[in-house]
Amino acid sequence: MNTPGLYHILFISTALFFIGVYGFFTRRNLITILMSIELILNSVCLNFIAFNKYVWPEKLDGVFFTLFIIAIAAAEAALAIAIIINLYRSHNTIDVNAAEEMKY
Amino acid sequence: MLPLWLLPALPVITALLVILLPAKHTKFVSLAGTILQMMAVALLTVSFAEQRREGNSSLFLFDEKIEWFSSWNASLHFGVDGISVAMILLTSLVVTAGILVSWNIEKQGKEFFILLLLLASGAYGFFISLDLFTLFCFLEIAVIPKFMLIGIWGSGNKNYSANKLALMLMAGSALILVGILFMYYQMPIGKRSFDFVTILSNPLPLQSQLILFPLVFVGFGIFTAIFPFHTWVPDGHSSAPTAGSMFLAGISMKLGGYGCLRVATTLMPEAAQHYSIVIVILAAIAIVYGAFATMMQTDLKYINAYSSISHCGFVLLGIGMLTKSGINGAVFQMVSHGLMTALFFAVIGMMYARTHTRKVSEMGGLLKTIPFISAAMFIAGLCSLGLPGLSGFPAEMTVFMGGWERPETIYRVVTVLACMSIVITAVYILRAIGSTVMGPVKNREFEELPKAMWNEKLAAVILIAGIVIMGVLPFVLYKLVNPATQEIIKQMATG
Amino acid sequence: MPELILILLIPIMPFAAFLLLGLANGNFIKRWAGAIGTGAILVSAGAALLTAYDYFFVYGGSGGAYRKILVTEYEWLQFTPEISIKMGLLLDPVAVMMMVVISFISLMVHSYSICYLKGEQRFNIYFSYLGLFTFSMLALVMSSNIFQMYIFWELVGVSSFLLIGFYYQKPSAVAAAKKAFIITRFADLGLLIGILILAFEAKSLDFEAIIGQFGHGKSASVSTSSAWLGISTISWAMLLVFIGGAGKSAMFPLHVWLPDAMEGPTPVSALIHAATMVVAGVFLVARLFPVYYFSAPEILNLIAYVGVFSALIAAIIACTQTDIKRVLAYSTMSQIGFMMFSLGVSGFGEEGLGFTASQFHLFTHAFFKALLFLCAGLVIHEVHSNEVSKMGGLRKSMPLTHISFLIACLAIAGIPPFAGFFSKEEILLAAWERNKPVYWIALFTSALTAFYMFRLYFLIFRNSNKHLHQPEHREGSAGQMVPLFVLAAGSVVLGLIPFGRFVSSDGRPLATELHLVFSIAPVLLAILGVSTAAWLYNAPGNRPQEVSQRLGNLYKAAYHKFYIDEVWLFLTKKVIMNGIGKPAAWFDKNVVNALVNFSGNSTIGLASKIKKLQSGKVQLYGMVYLFTVIASVLIIIFFINRN
Repeated sequence: MNTPGLYHILFISTALFFIGVYGFFTRRNLITILMSIELILNSVCLNFIAFNKYVWPEKLDGVFFTLFIIAIAAAEAALAIAIIINLYRSHNTIDVNAAEEMKY
Repeated sequence: MLPLWLLPALPVITALLVILLPAKHTKFVSLAGTILQMMAVALLTVSFAEQRREGNSSLFLFDEKIEWFSSWNASLHFGVDGISVAMILLTSLVVTAGILVSWNIEKQGKEFFILLLLLASGAYGFFISLDLFTLFCFLEIAVIPKFMLIGIWGSGNKNYSANKLALMLMAGSALILVGILFMYYQMPIGKRSFDFVTILSNPLPLQSQLILFPLVFVGFGIFTAIFPFHTWVPDGHSSAPTAGSMFLAGISMKLGGYGCLRVATTLMPEAAQHYSIVIVILAAIAIVYGAFATMMQTDLKYINAYSSISHCGFVLLGIGMLTKSGINGAVFQMVSHGLMTALFFAVIGMMYARTHTRKVSEMGGLLKTIPFISAAMFIAGLCSLGLPGLSGFPAEMTVFMGGWERPETIYRVVTVLACMSIVITAVYILRAIGSTVMGPVKNREFEELPKAMWNEKLAAVILIAGIVIMGVLPFVLYKLVNPATQEIIKQMATG
Repeated sequence: MPELILILLIPIMPFAAFLLLGLANGNFIKRWAGAIGTGAILVSAGAALLTAYDYFFVYGGSGGAYRKILVTEYEWLQFTPEISIKMGLLLDPVAVMMMVVISFISLMVHSYSICYLKGEQRFNIYFSYLGLFTFSMLALVMSSNIFQMYIFWELVGVSSFLLIGFYYQKPSAVAAAKKAFIITRFADLGLLIGILILAFEAKSLDFEAIIGQFGHGKSASVSTSSAWLGISTISWAMLLVFIGGAGKSAMFPLHVWLPDAMEGPTPVSALIHAATMVVAGVFLVARLFPVYYFSAPEILNLIAYVGVFSALIAAIIACTQTDIKRVLAYSTMSQIGFMMFSLGVSGFGEEGLGFTASQFHLFTHAFFKALLFLCAGLVIHEVHSNEVSKMGGLRKSMPLTHISFLIACLAIAGIPPFAGFFSKEEILLAAWERNKPVYWIALFTSALTAFYMFRLYFLIFRNSNKHLHQPEHREGSAGQMVPLFVLAAGSVVLGLIPFGRFVSSDGRPLATELHLVFSIAPVLLAILGVSTAAWLYNAPGNRPQEVSQRLGNLYKAAYHKFYIDEVWLFLTKKVIMNGIGKPAAWFDKNVVNALVNFSGNSTIGLASKIKKLQSGKVQLYGMVYLFTVIASVLIIIFFINRN
């Protein structure tokens, strides 16, 4: 087998991205939405790594960015889960449609 | 001489003190601050007169310039001429009376006084600014607190009124801002400035004057109730608390008149001549139509508000005539109307506090139970209908004379129309006075009403003193205002 | 030369009284207000008499004529370098004469009022208002500048308003005060516009300058320079000025306020609405007489007809009224009509008999009309009613008042040798010489005058068979009777003054003599009027009713004052209020304001449409975001590819 090329990886990351987007739009459970967001982030990470490896192999910028994103994603997950817990406390549910007070 | 910036700064300092000190001191601190202001204004007037007597004939006295936005060439440029001094005097009297009248305010006194002081600061700053950008900033400072004053302490349909007032005045401000910026960008790069004196010495080309003048004039005109943008006046005045109405009619409407004169007419003399007919016709409509609309009102505050539309028409009429007497008369009328209408609103507030009604038909015979307040109402009314000996007379007569000075038929017709308002004014004022102060006591509860308090008496006396002094000795004000007016006329002739 | 202090004292004293009594509020002031006010006027009247003496006999005359003396002047308010309001004091024969009349009658009224208003709660305010009025009226007649005159013109108007509405709790008094002020104000509009025109035609507001420009034989050519509707500008100005005078002087059709003004206290009616303020219009025309004569003769002619018509119509109405004060008010209007038309028919200089006669009549009228009102005040106090039907036979209970009233009636009726006879003869003579139609109407009116005055006299003091009441305090107190006697004495002897020596149209003495033959007709007619009144009202039975029934509609119309009040009411209520005021208010509310509201509401409406997008659904926001990004990316790519 050939080693996977850039296009393969890009295909996977695009698929991952849209799976995440799909999850984000269709799921009602906030945890699942959070997971979808992680999928999106991971697809971006994958892109960075792939471009780093195939386009600028002598540089490490992509890797650094990926590390940043992982760190931020972790922080974000903590934040998001805190919000979700608070939502659960006040609304007794983590259905995203229940939290729609912030409207006109 | 004190530096001019002290005038707008004093109220702000007072307001800061009010914030810092406990609530029980609020009234006294405010009053002390206003008295200081009055003293500063008196000092300013005296030293102004002194300088003029010594032959200092420069356009603006006490000129001072503080760098502000140097990249835009906008600075805190202050200076006064006779017209500004007259307006500052008016402001100080009305502010003091307004503070005194609100002495017994119950709800959120601290905030109320702070807002009043802010308004005063805005007005002072506006009248001394010689930089259009600064002028605009002070104008905004003088507008926004009014929204809160009406919205929080108002009565009746207050939310509607507050919104309407704020939105209409903001629309006016927007027009002014556009005008000022346009003016700024009309100047060649490198020479761009908001400075009044600079613009004065480099007049705009006629073409851009013709576009700009309506913007600026209507913008300021909204403040001074130019027809047909006057509808904020009745609602705003009637919903505002007493001191709010006093400030609104006594000072804010004068911001507009002053702006029309100082910014629109002086900086764009050729366009002013071009649009003069439109201005005087609109003014005459405001005068006559406002007076007729007043006749049909039944609420004292509405009566005074509509009559303000009519009276402010004289200001615009005088300015629109572009004669020396006309402009003198406009300034006189601003001072006179400021004092008189402030007195009127103060008295209405006092009556309302006692009778809990503002309907003309529900009062009656108040002269018997509250003679002092009724007498003050009489004086305000007589001043409004232009009785000699009170301030309205010299003001209106000077406007009429200025109007008649223009030999063209249309101006004379307009002047005659404006003259007619003296009869209509007499009708509605006497109707109002006749059925509130005179006549039989209609409500038995009104047989015994609390007499006027010291603060109310003092407020009324301050305003009445201003009215009487101006009415009996108009030449004092004339000597103050006339040199400045002559400069404007000279500008018109050369520009 | 005139002494400034002395002359200044004349207006200043009443003004000081006004300030003191109006502002001070102590018990002392309240109690002694009458004395203080009277004292001030006493000084003022003394100064006026002294000044008059000095003017007429010491310094006023030069070269056989009385000149105009400008005592002092101060620039009060400048409009243009030439046109400015000046506060000045101008002495000329007419002004000096008016000054004496005003201060003297005011003194009488002050003294009378002390007792008349005793116990009134606003005693001091009353005297304060009287002081204000006296001050303004004195300053009015001494004005050197037409605008200064306008200022005091307004001030007398407002003091009249305050005094008519003195009993402010009476709705009728308030209504009358408003009516008086508004109607005179309406007339003042004419005066104001007239002044504006005049100011810019003459390039000055000073009487001297205006008269100097338009008041001589050569000015006719000046004035016809520009014309409108076939009448020269200066004539328009003078017409408008006359409208102002007509309003103040209650000329038809601006007279409707005068009868109602009788709601005020009776001494006030005597002072303001009989003797002084209402003749201000006559004074105004007299002041500008040269301008009228030389530059606006057609207006002078109009004045003659307006005057005589007012005199006639007022006399007819006076015959039918039953309120004692209203009869006197109409009689005042009628007498002022005499003064007016006398000015209207007058010539200038040698032919200026009408001018002199008019001023003479003004002078004598002030005395006997004030006397009539003061007597009426006593009668009203006695019977507590204004209606003549409640009176009768008072001759016995009030003999002194009766004599005074009788003297005044004889004077006004023009019976020799009372004062009114002389002045009225002069007026009639002037009319006979220069305008016959006016003369005939005036003659008839003077007969009517005798009739209605004696009708009043007989109804009140004779006709004892309907003695309806028990007299209470009979005569008035000394403070009231003394003015009565003084005025009565004046009404008897003042006619003997050679008035033409002092007051004439050009300052030169004018010889006036009585033509006995000419006097026969008016005197006979007056006697006829008196006897008709006696036949009708001093007899048992109901002859008056029979006569009035026979007169039918004429009587009814006169009784309803020819429906002029109704016309005014229609004009104000229906035309102005409903026709202009209401539409204006409606327009403001439903058009102008509605447009403002519409712009506000449409913004709000648009916003409420848009705000639905703000649904609160996070996923929806995300979707919108995503598709916006995709769309923009596609658009950008599209544009990049196109280039």
